Amino acid sequence: MDPVAVSVKNLTLRYKTTLAIDDISFEVAGGELFGFIGPDGAGKTSLFRILTTLLVPTQGACQVEGLDVVKDYRQIRNICGYMPGKFSLYQDLTVEENLSFFATIFGTTIAENYDLIKDIYAQIEPFKKRKAGKLSGGMKQKLALSCALIHKPQILFLDEPTTGVDAVSRREFWEMLKRLRDGGITILVSTPYMDEAEKCDRVALMQAGKIMKINTPAEIIKDYPHALLSVRAGDVYPLMKELMKYPGTHRADTFGQSVHLSFKKGEIQPAELQKHLSTKGHTNVEIEEITASIEDCFMDLMTIN
Amino acid sequence: MRTIRYIIQKEFLQVFRDKAMLPIIFLVPIVQLIILVNAATFEMKHIRMSVVDLDLSATSRGLIRKFEGSPFYQIKQFSFSYQEAMNQMQQGKVDLILNIPAGFEKNLMKENHARAQFVINAINGASAGLINAYSTIILLDYNRQTALANFNNSAPSSLRNIHTEYSYWYNPELNYKTYMVPGILVLLVTIIGLLLSGMNIVREKEIGTIEQINVTPIVKIQFITGKLAPFWIISLFELAFGLTIGKLLFNIPIEGNLWLIFLSAAVYLFVILAFGLLISTISHTQQQSMLISFFFMVVFILMSGLFTSIESMPQWAQTLDKLNPLMYFIKIMRMVLLKGSTFADISRHFWALVIYAFFIVNLAIWRYRKVA
Repeated sequence: MDPVAVSVKNLTLRYKTTLAIDDISFEVAGGELFGFIGPDGAGKTSLFRILTTLLVPTQGACQVEGLDVVKDYRQIRNICGYMPGKFSLYQDLTVEENLSFFATIFGTTIAENYDLIKDIYAQIEPFKKRKAGKLSGGMKQKLALSCALIHKPQILFLDEPTTGVDAVSRREFWEMLKRLRDGGITILVSTPYMDEAEKCDRVALMQAGKIMKINTPAEIIKDYPHALLSVRAGDVYPLMKELMKYPGTHRADTFGQSVHLSFKKGEIQPAELQKHLSTKGHTNVEIEEITASIEDCFMDLMTIN
Repeated sequence: MRTIRYIIQKEFLQVFRDKAMLPIIFLVPIVQLIILVNAATFEMKHIRMSVVDLDLSATSRGLIRKFEGSPFYQIKQFSFSYQEAMNQMQQGKVDLILNIPAGFEKNLMKENHARAQFVINAINGASAGLINAYSTIILLDYNRQTALANFNNSAPSSLRNIHTEYSYWYNPELNYKTYMVPGILVLLVTIIGLLLSGMNIVREKEIGTIEQINVTPIVKIQFITGKLAPFWIISLFELAFGLTIGKLLFNIPIEGNLWLIFLSAAVYLFVILAFGLLISTISHTQQQSMLISFFFMVVFILMSGLFTSIESMPQWAQTLDKLNPLMYFIKIMRMVLLKGSTFADISRHFWALVIYAFFIVNLAIWRYRKVA
């Protein structure tokens, strides 16, 4: 296996006046499960479309398995599997028809590569006579993955595969990806869900066409420079306003019912903060020291960049 | 090759799984042929007329009787007031007023000529022309008859005039249906071919499957061939189906070689399907594709010579019409079906279609490569 599966150098993509990808460089090693984390509009889909030879970059060099995405696009199409963000199989064909259609246009058959998709396809095989449009979200996703895998690709591009899929199916899906990776397939996956970052070997945090940071999830968390408190009180919004004003506060972000408060180590004492909030009339105040999640890191990087 | 075959198979599967498709394929030809062929007729059968006879003489009554006797006219009103008759026309109740002034007979006898007037509703120019032609013939006929009666044998020299005999070739009974069916069949094939192909690839764009196709190693030309072949086959089938209905229902003549018809249709469909492909490369949704197809179809159909004769168009329109594929195919159809023309006779139109097909297929493929 090639030690470098994907290499991108100074890649820029411009749509007329908008800069979709702004001078990014990175490498993905063979056999890695690599995640791109970022909100909508960060440039994840554009990046994937370039790597799968659907878009031509404005500037920069991209190689997939040593092949240039512009010059050798035809060979790349033989070795990569792509699952677009939007479900894009034939809704009016059955599960089985979709799969054999894609097998045929890749010049193979279902039987030939059945081993590879067995785990995934077995779960939807009972419904193989059902039309793809009538499948549930999780099943559609499994079918799409099967179709992307049917020609035994060396590298798999999954663009937001878990968007709009329930929590259980999402977990199952990541299990499948890990098994595929263990089988030797390089996987690039994008997701807007920060919590999924921890399931990747390495992640790139993307924002507004730029990569803010690339590392293993554990290292990214270790690099988090601040101390962090999770603060809970009755009402989130007044609490948030109060914490923004509190001396020593670096950032305050809402996380569901609680607020994550970041600050320079030692500048804020939880006990003092508790007293302060009580005097300001906040009830049921709970303060807890926590370690950062990827989302905290992401928020922090956004203020820096 | 296996890939193309599989795409064709997939397309057919999708076409026949679409519940709206089968009715379209079978009902459209039947409805079009039955309704259009019977309705879109230029024969004037019921010309509603109003008669203003201020002369009330034997001669004027004789003239009116001529119109009464004709199957084409229905006298709706007799009146002594031109104004009253005009009101009827303004209300759209009559198409023709025959105005016979007082002294008609007297003038005819004494001075050898008299005036009568036709007032024709010309909102529809084509039918007004026909009414005028029919009515003038009746009048002339009557004129000759009265002249004969009045002069008897005394002045034969004045009757020496040229008499024209008509003989209608290729359609002796001037059967309008015979003339319409070949044209309507072309319309049918065009609608099915253009709309289906124009919408098909756009649909793949709309649902996003084109992305999934584009990342596969499939060559574009394979994809296009696979996608368009089914519509080519369906359209040829439509033509065969339509010809069968035309033969059974209207007993249209099939004088020429059917293979020649299908050979021309095969080439013609290349033009139409490539046109559809071209439209689908410039549109993003099926609605857009529909509207653009419609625009071209209306222009093509109205200028095709189906309803109005091409020879009577202004010169610039005739030149422009050289770009109208329907025009060629309608000509071929009429020539082969009604006249029994051979390949040599239609070769000019046939090669025009071949050249057209060559250009438009290349244009469509070039455009498709650039866009997708």
